[in-house]
Amino acid sequence: MKLLYFAWVRERIGLAEEEIDPPAGVATVGELVAWLTKRGEGYAYAFENPKVIRAAIDRNHVRAETRIDGANEIAFFPPMTGG
Amino acid sequence: MTTTIRLQHEAFDVAAEAALLTRGRTDIGAVVTFTGLCRADENGEPIAALTLEHYPDMAEAEIARHVEEARARWPLMGVTLIHRYGRITPGEVIVLVVTASSHREAAFAAASFLMDYLKTRAPFWKQVEKVSGKTSIDKIWVDAKATDDAAAERWSEPPPRREAAK
Repeated sequence: MKLLYFAWVRERIGLAEEEIDPPAGVATVGELVAWLTKRGEGYAYAFENPKVIRAAIDRNHVRAETRIDGANEIAFFPPMTGG
Repeated sequence: MTTTIRLQHEAFDVAAEAALLTRGRTDIGAVVTFTGLCRADENGEPIAALTLEHYPDMAEAEIARHVEEARARWPLMGVTLIHRYGRITPGEVIVLVVTASSHREAAFAAASFLMDYLKTRAPFWKQVEKVSGKTSIDKIWVDAKATDDAAAERWSEPPPRREAAK
């Protein structure tokens, strides 16, 4: 699946997007965040406070407990500040 | 209903967009126009500019969902929503919401609803260029405001859907 990162999440990880193939035990958005956190310093910094991280699966807002199976595109970003 | 949703870097003409929505119509009795502008300060400190990052596909989809929601709640005849991205300097326009209806209540409420949701649910992020010292610029991501969350929250009660109303 494709992951997208925006704003300071993108800056901290140092990537705008990447393809990943998480292991079988990673079933939800929250578990994916926990798995990503272990991938390196930038990820750990980006996800240091998982409660503020927002996520979207295939362009729809989702919660940490949402399952990720079947997702094509998962985005992680800070709370939105548009308008 | 006439719906226009645009995400663009270029500035827009507020009066022209509002006029376009009512052109040739004689059933529209109320048009509410909200324009968001770039201020020259953030939390009391001067800024040189702001840059809006966005998630293009999701932003369009999310805005379209909220326009649909507004249409389900109020008898609207037209909605125009334009949101800019990229670098924007103080005094420039950022966002435009135009709502048209036969009476003012629906137009006011729908414009307010759309702006409240745009602030908290549309995937845009502001980064400001703070002026520090004479030559240096700090780029700082703007924090989300609890007051914006509270403003959006007030619409989350069971909506007075038009279908259900007499």
